[in-house]
Amino acid sequence: MNAQTLIAQRIAQELRDGMLVNLGIGIPTLVANFVPKGMHVFFQSENGLIGTGPVADPGMALPWLTDAGGKPVTALPGASTFDSAMSFGLIRGGHLDLTVLGGLQVDQHGRLANWMVPGKMVPGMGGAMDLVAGAKRVIVAMQHTAKGRPKIVRECSLPLTSDRPVDLVVTELAVIGFSEGRATLLETMDGVTVEEVVAATEADLALAPELSQKGGAKPVPESAPTAAVGETV
Amino acid sequence: MKTITLSDAVAMIPAGATLMIGGFMGVGTPEPVVDELVQQQKGDLTVIANDTAAPGIGIGKLITAKLLRRVIVSHIGLNPETQQQMLAGELQVDLVPQGTLAERIRAGGFGLGGILTATGVGTIAAEGKQTVAVGGRDYLLEPALRADFALVHAFIADYLGNLQYALTARNFNPVMAMAAETVVVQAENIVPVGVIAPDHVMTPAPVVDYLVAKG
Repeated sequence: MNAQTLIAQRIAQELRDGMLVNLGIGIPTLVANFVPKGMHVFFQSENGLIGTGPVADPGMALPWLTDAGGKPVTALPGASTFDSAMSFGLIRGGHLDLTVLGGLQVDQHGRLANWMVPGKMVPGMGGAMDLVAGAKRVIVAMQHTAKGRPKIVRECSLPLTSDRPVDLVVTELAVIGFSEGRATLLETMDGVTVEEVVAATEADLALAPELSQKGGAKPVPESAPTAAVGETV
Repeated sequence: MKTITLSDAVAMIPAGATLMIGGFMGVGTPEPVVDELVQQQKGDLTVIANDTAAPGIGIGKLITAKLLRRVIVSHIGLNPETQQQMLAGELQVDLVPQGTLAERIRAGGFGLGGILTATGVGTIAAEGKQTVAVGGRDYLLEPALRADFALVHAFIADYLGNLQYALTARNFNPVMAMAAETVVVQAENIVPVGVIAPDHVMTPAPVVDYLVAKG
């Protein structure tokens, strides 16, 4: 399984029946492919749609029914459409249960940078700042490192998207939470050791007492620090 | 409300005007009006919109034609020409979070001086902004936006100017229709009064100044 699929599948486990969810572009979009059978989730496109469906069949696309990237999509039964003020009222007003976004960097307190690289890439923040500031729960879907360099860092060198910490970062190596205001390793992915996660992470990582290894194939090696509440590796 | 030809509608717009243009990545943009702006070479414009679309699409055509002096938008990432003109110092780009942009426009059309939002607090979007604490939480004071002209796309307009939008082509159009001195509407369908039921009118006729007649 490739890293993107692994990340998307793990995040899909965070979905609950009846949730209103906004997915960003990239890995987050893939989460929609792994909604558990029988569960109903409302997906929002911030351009003004709840009930976003799959890409239209050939010849069935409508130019006035698109996702936030401007690509033609379909709408599921029970869908609703609205203007941009309403769309962001849903996002900021405590109505959006979950947003899943891509990330460039996350600092040790969980603050996300994902909207620009000064001098290189200035696409604009679009809806990202509103989503992080406003959603009830924020999950970042990203690869653990970029060109071998950690993306979970002590301090973001890139401009922040919000000063509100995210709730969870899911990578191909691990699941990291920030509920205590600090980066805490909650899970390692199948076949990944705590040491490997720590080595690929610049931020100080606390280990959750209930730290679990997905699948439990490999126990935590003895050389790794034992899990203790609030302990810093 | 008056009906107007496409060329007369655009002829009303002076060079240097501030325009709000509906649309999200070109979806819900009054494309014929944009084409006519290029045709008549209306320059030195300031455009308030969600994004600058992509080359060859919607507002992207105004970028390519170098008719814009300044844009106030949330996203330019899908139009490399916008970034090139920005880096070359030919175009001023003011980036505004999308929800904040929608609310600043709404405030402009609803008689409010501005809005308070937690979006952008603690980021570079807060630079130069006043922070106001309400109930122990910090908010940015974001001023209202208005324009000389709103260029609005509707799915259906009736002969009086009542408007209905289609699906995701609604986006910024209804808030912009409230926030400009002169509101120009291009509709996919123009229908007799009564075809749009009162409960289905999304923008009421009195706010519309001009409806562009079919060519």
